[in-house]
This record gives sequence, C-alpha cells and structure tokens, in this order.
Amino acid sequence: MSDTTAYHGATATPHEPGFGDYVQLLKPRVMSLVVFTALVGLLVAPVALHPVEAFAAILFVALGAGASGALNMWWDADIDAVMQRTARRPVPAGKVQAGEALAVGLALSGISVVMLGLATNLMAAALLAFTIFFYAVVYSMWLKRTTPQNIVIGGAAGAFPPMIGWVCATGSVSVEACLMFGLIFMWTPPHFWALALFMKEDYHKAGVPMLTVTHGRQATRLHILVYTLLLVPVALGAALTSIGGPLTLAVAVALNVWFVIGAWRIWTRDETVAEADRYAAEKAFFRFSLLYLFLHFAAFLVEAALKSAGIGGW
Amino acid sequence: MTFRPEHDLHKRRFSRNLGLGLTLAAFVALVFALTVVKVQRGEPMQGFDHTYSPAMLPKEEKTP
Repeated sequence: MSDTTAYHGATATPHEPGFGDYVQLLKPRVMSLVVFTALVGLLVAPVALHPVEAFAAILFVALGAGASGALNMWWDADIDAVMQRTARRPVPAGKVQAGEALAVGLALSGISVVMLGLATNLMAAALLAFTIFFYAVVYSMWLKRTTPQNIVIGGAAGAFPPMIGWVCATGSVSVEACLMFGLIFMWTPPHFWALALFMKEDYHKAGVPMLTVTHGRQATRLHILVYTLLLVPVALGAALTSIGGPLTLAVAVALNVWFVIGAWRIWTRDETVAEADRYAAEKAFFRFSLLYLFLHFAAFLVEAALKSAGIGGW
Repeated sequence: MTFRPEHDLHKRRFSRNLGLGLTLAAFVALVFALTVVKVQRGEPMQGFDHTYSPAMLPKEEKTP
C-alpha cells in the first residue's frame, strides 16, 4: 500500500518498533559473551555432539540469555531511564513498550528451554530455565535493588552458560564445568565494581545499592582486590583439570598476575588521584577484565584443539 | 492517484515483518535438520502389524 494517509490514524503508535528494536531487547553484546562461553563449554567437553545439535544448543542458550535480558529490561525500565549507560535501551527510549518486552521475554524463555531440552537433554534445559529465573527474578527483581552484594550473587546468572554448554554435551555436571562457572562467577564482581568506580553518578542517581553507594569507594577498591585474589585459585585450578594443560596454565598465570597488579593499583589509589587522571587505572582494569575472560576461555578452546592433535592437555 | 513517498512507519513495519518471517523460516529449517539428525541416529524401529514376522523374534542361542 503506497498511500500513507491511512497510517496516520489510530492504528499507528508514535514509536512503532522495527525488528532491530526487538533485537536490542535481547542485549546482543551480553549474548555474544554467552555464545562464546557456552560454545567453549560445549567444545571442551569429552563428548562430541553432532554439529546440528551443537548449533541448536548454542542458539537456544543464547536465546534464553536474550529472553532474560528482555525480562530485565521490562522490570528495570524505570532505573534504566535514569542511568546514562542504559537510557538508550529500547524500553526507556520509548521504542518498545514495557509490556512487549515482557511478552518477548516470556515467549523466548519458553521456546529456548523447550527447544534446548529437545535438542540436547533435560538437565541442560533445566539449567537454562534456572539461569533465566535467577537473572530475571533473583537478580533483577530481588537482589539488584536491595543489597550491595547484588553483583556478587547475581553474577551466577552470567556464569551458567559454559556449564550449560558442558551439560549439553555430557548430560551431567563435573568439576571442570563447576570451575568454568567459578571463573565467571568470581570475575564478575571486580569487573562491575571497576565500572561502578568510573560510572559513579549512574548507580547513585538510580538508587541502585552498588557497593560504591552503600560502603564507599575505598571499600569498593578493597573488595576489587580481595575478589581478584580469590579469583586466582579458581582460574589456576581450572587450568589444572582435564580441560587445561601447559598452555592454559601459562595463559592463566600471565593473566592473573596482570589482573592482580591492576587490582593492586586500584586499591592503592584514592579518589583524588583517580579523578586527577580521570580514572585511568579503573578504566584500564575494566577493559583488561574483558580480555581476561576472553583469553581464558580461548585458551581452553586452543588446548582442546591441541589435545585432539595429540600435543596438548595434561 | 498519486504515489506518496514511503513513510518511515512502513520501513519499520517491513523490517519487523521481514525479520519475523526470516526468523520463522530459519526456525523451521533448524527443527527439520534436528529431526533428521535425531531420526538417523535412532535405533531401527518396527511396529507390530498383526502379522507373524519371524524376523522380529529374538534370536535363540544355539547350544553345541
């Protein structure tokens, strides 16, 4: 229909969403991390899936993560609108209505869990369902607005994908899957607290009880150091299991030394020094934290490839 | 009748319809591919059809 006059009536909403707006509801950047870690979990497992099953498994894990992102955007629309970092998300920007985000989130949750169960096994589907519940209900609805430990406990939701990938292939949870979970779980607090240090107005304005708001910035710096130190044995432990090897251990040692040095630098600074160089150390730590996680999981993947060629692993 | 330029609303609706259409097509293709993989890997099956089929009887072990 080429005549547009009919569309200016009551049927058209002022901000009718395009397909891209719905894609943005699924937090594609978070999804890319989920796809990568779940893929590594699946590929390093001792049981090989058929490529079609593996593709379907990763797709539905990613879809489940997207669904929980949409549910999070529905619930958090009010605080997303206040924070500079999240104000352009589809719901606070007025591109998608909150009810639509809820419908998309619920529909995709159901589809992803059922399809993952059919494509792989019930345990993987149950874990995915629990992950969506944990992120949408436990983290978004409960912890995020009530406790400064929100990031610590809520980080579990982001830590499940490699475990789900492993369970898709093997049908059970093992120490390797738990250590991959632990790696992301322990990495999440320092990563987000570094962000909170230099995005300082956002969480304060939104009234989100981040550690920086409730316990102060110096306490946050100490927490970053403590959690980074606690992360070290988990990362090295993972490298010593069947998914690791000499290469993984070398990468883990190098990454953790660098990460601890970064956390130490943050702890020894105060706000005056940080403001003087516009939070250079905190921003560098945050950027490196992304590389840290990527390289750790990339090392697992390379080690698995080397092992299949007969030259990697323990 | 004169043709008016396409409104931005049309573009957004078209992108939504196209995106949904392609997503559904991809979903159908994926379910089909999964079905083929699952069926090919399954054990051969034969149902009872009310006729005597000696081939379905368990093989007896021969004693020497």
